[in-house]
Amino acid sequence: MSNILLCGVGGQGTVLASRLIAFAAMEKGESVRTSETIGMSQRGGCVVSHVRTGRSIASPMIPKGSADIIIAFEPGEAVRNIDYLKPDGTVIVNKKAVKPVTASLTGSDYDGSAAFGYFEQTGRRMSIVDGDYICEQCGSPKVLNIALLASAAATGELGLTVDELKDAIVRFMPGKFHAMNLKAVELVSGT
Amino acid sequence: MSKRFLMGNEAIALGALHAGVNVVSGYPGTPSTEILETIAKNNKDKSVYVEWSVNEKAALEVAAGAAYSGARSLVTMKQVGLNVASDPLMSLAYVGVKGGMVVVSADDPGPISSQTEQDTRHFAQFAKLPVFDPSSPEEAYEMIKEAFEVSERYNTPVLFRPTTRVCHGCADVEIADSFDPHKPEGFVRDTKRWVIFPRASYLNHVRIEKRDPVLGDEFSASRFNLLTGSGRLGIATHGISFAYTSEVLADAAGEYKLLKVGTPNPFPEKLALEFLNGLDEVVCIEELDPVIERALTYTVGKHHLGVKIRGKLDGTVQPAGENTVESVRDVLSKFLDIKYKRQELPPLPELPVRPPVLCAGCPHRASFYAVKQAVRGRKAVFAGDIGCYTLGNAMPLDMVDTCLCMGADVTIAQGIHRVEPDTLNFSFIGDSTFFASGMTGVVNAVYNQTDIILIVLDNSTTAMTGHQPHPGTGVTMMGDVCAKVSIPRILEAVGCSYVRTVDPLDLAAAQNAVREAADMKGVRAIIMKSPCIAVTKPQRLFEINSEKCINCKKCIRELGCPAIVLTDGRPAIEPSLCYGCGICAQVCPVKAIDRPAGEEAAK
Repeated sequence: MSNILLCGVGGQGTVLASRLIAFAAMEKGESVRTSETIGMSQRGGCVVSHVRTGRSIASPMIPKGSADIIIAFEPGEAVRNIDYLKPDGTVIVNKKAVKPVTASLTGSDYDGSAAFGYFEQTGRRMSIVDGDYICEQCGSPKVLNIALLASAAATGELGLTVDELKDAIVRFMPGKFHAMNLKAVELVSGT
Repeated sequence: MSKRFLMGNEAIALGALHAGVNVVSGYPGTPSTEILETIAKNNKDKSVYVEWSVNEKAALEVAAGAAYSGARSLVTMKQVGLNVASDPLMSLAYVGVKGGMVVVSADDPGPISSQTEQDTRHFAQFAKLPVFDPSSPEEAYEMIKEAFEVSERYNTPVLFRPTTRVCHGCADVEIADSFDPHKPEGFVRDTKRWVIFPRASYLNHVRIEKRDPVLGDEFSASRFNLLTGSGRLGIATHGISFAYTSEVLADAAGEYKLLKVGTPNPFPEKLALEFLNGLDEVVCIEELDPVIERALTYTVGKHHLGVKIRGKLDGTVQPAGENTVESVRDVLSKFLDIKYKRQELPPLPELPVRPPVLCAGCPHRASFYAVKQAVRGRKAVFAGDIGCYTLGNAMPLDMVDTCLCMGADVTIAQGIHRVEPDTLNFSFIGDSTFFASGMTGVVNAVYNQTDIILIVLDNSTTAMTGHQPHPGTGVTMMGDVCAKVSIPRILEAVGCSYVRTVDPLDLAAAQNAVREAADMKGVRAIIMKSPCIAVTKPQRLFEINSEKCINCKKCIRELGCPAIVLTDGRPAIEPSLCYGCGICAQVCPVKAIDRPAGEEAAK
């Protein structure tokens, strides 16, 4: 069984990423359960998608301490959900912090650095993805989710290989998005 | 049969289609909205009639009429919508139906996106209606088909109440490849049956009281209720909590009996007796209200059983909020004496608070800001309502003083005005909410000569629930283009003393209209009309000219737009978020914000 937790800020594309993992797992004949944040929190709030693949899964929510991998679209959100990660689990995290509106209002200096410091302190396995760079290279801010998935696939913990991810992009996404997303996978995984 | 990856709401929709549903109506509300949308999406041949009704009461009555005519009908809403639909529902429970009719009322433990943590299972007991409580998307698909069968067999509307984690959870669901459409017989005149009168209601009441024990026994044998295990300890649960319980019990040794109740009303008492037999103690793991716990406590008393029932009522289980695998594990580890080790983590660094906010470019921000500026220094109360614009309460706008339920802004403002006649009483209502239940409140104000200022925030969609059409949009769920119902013409027709439509993105014009209205008496209405950014293309984006900017931060302090961020201590516009609404440019005291000349929209 694989437990994958995706987290970020409303509007970053976590839902599509979780669906892609789910579709690809189903293609392999596995059972899938997912749970998503829909509603008021989508407006710039914290969003979390739980994806569980394998056999005989009961809960659509991952029990705390049992996520194999956390795919964080934002460093602070990775920390917020760290209690879901199993002790030897992996964190894939986007480099760029998203400041909440409240940060500008209160003059808070949140920049995500404390989050990275925390991961170093706890000695978690972590891969940092420079999402901004990948998006710039691919010409669209929308490839962030695929860039993070590619990094997760490259660790071998996603339950999907990089090739299976590429296959899933071609099978489940509209044709006009194939080239830029495949480029993002190649930039991240080097294959 | 074939496997599909479906959200719970999609499974419910396909289950209803595969049960041959003919007529589907509803009103959008999280977490129920995707059910009706999925039906519409799977209705290419238009063989099913689908509508977003003006509100839940209208939806339920449309479905009732269809069911009187022998059609199978489905109504969808969120739990607070059932309050709106309760008038027809209570009477319909007596009158009954001919074609199968299922009322989906989605509950929201937490609550995550709702005003209350009310429990539709209680509503079922109150209205004397059967209710189904699915625990997963797969079960929801099968269960809704059974709900139509029960409805038709007993000529009664049936409630179906999933909760958020079932509605918005996805799973691989085995679904039928084909199904037989249901052929309605048509309306057959029978005044004794279809006209509600006291004498008929008495007879119907007797009939229902006789029916319920029979149906309860039938439910005792239902495949949606499970009884497993053995021993002297029992666990009773339901819905998504059954999934959490199963997750915890997978690691548990020891003996216990497990009861999962999928049909809480009428209560399957025979099955419950079988469960209670030989037990010393039971723990009930429920979300929302202790419905099973009370029913088991009653059953124990009725049959003089010496079984201790634990749950919410004795503090064993949390009284409010969502259950989780962890909360269930906490309860069961004590109850079954399971040992488990909690992960110890070093204390977390300070994390940013991310309250939901109005989107960058949202016209509601402009509307609230215009009103705030126009009445600055005057005594005013701002009654708000349900929708994206409830977020106008956040700092720095801080423009929502009350919010109760759909449509209440209009009438709450009137009540406050009766106590404080020297206050300017504003009432903010969205376009969809106006049609749903705002109009009657406006008529009440006109009739009773109350001085209020109604601000209709018309963004031409039902935004919060995901952009559904409504009477003002000119499109229907059948894909037809229809005449738009005009909000200003309604307001003029009912006798508002002042009706103006302004574009809130023109701040000066909007403020002028508010000032003009504030100085008049009667029911004054301003329609702030500008489309939701999610249904329009972005305009050319704005930038802050750092040479002109005096770093006063007024744009940040007064607007709270997510696209304006502090970068190195100075305001900057984040191009990936800006929608080009231009409000900040109008607010800037030194005209430092502008569109770069000649550049087209970046998105």
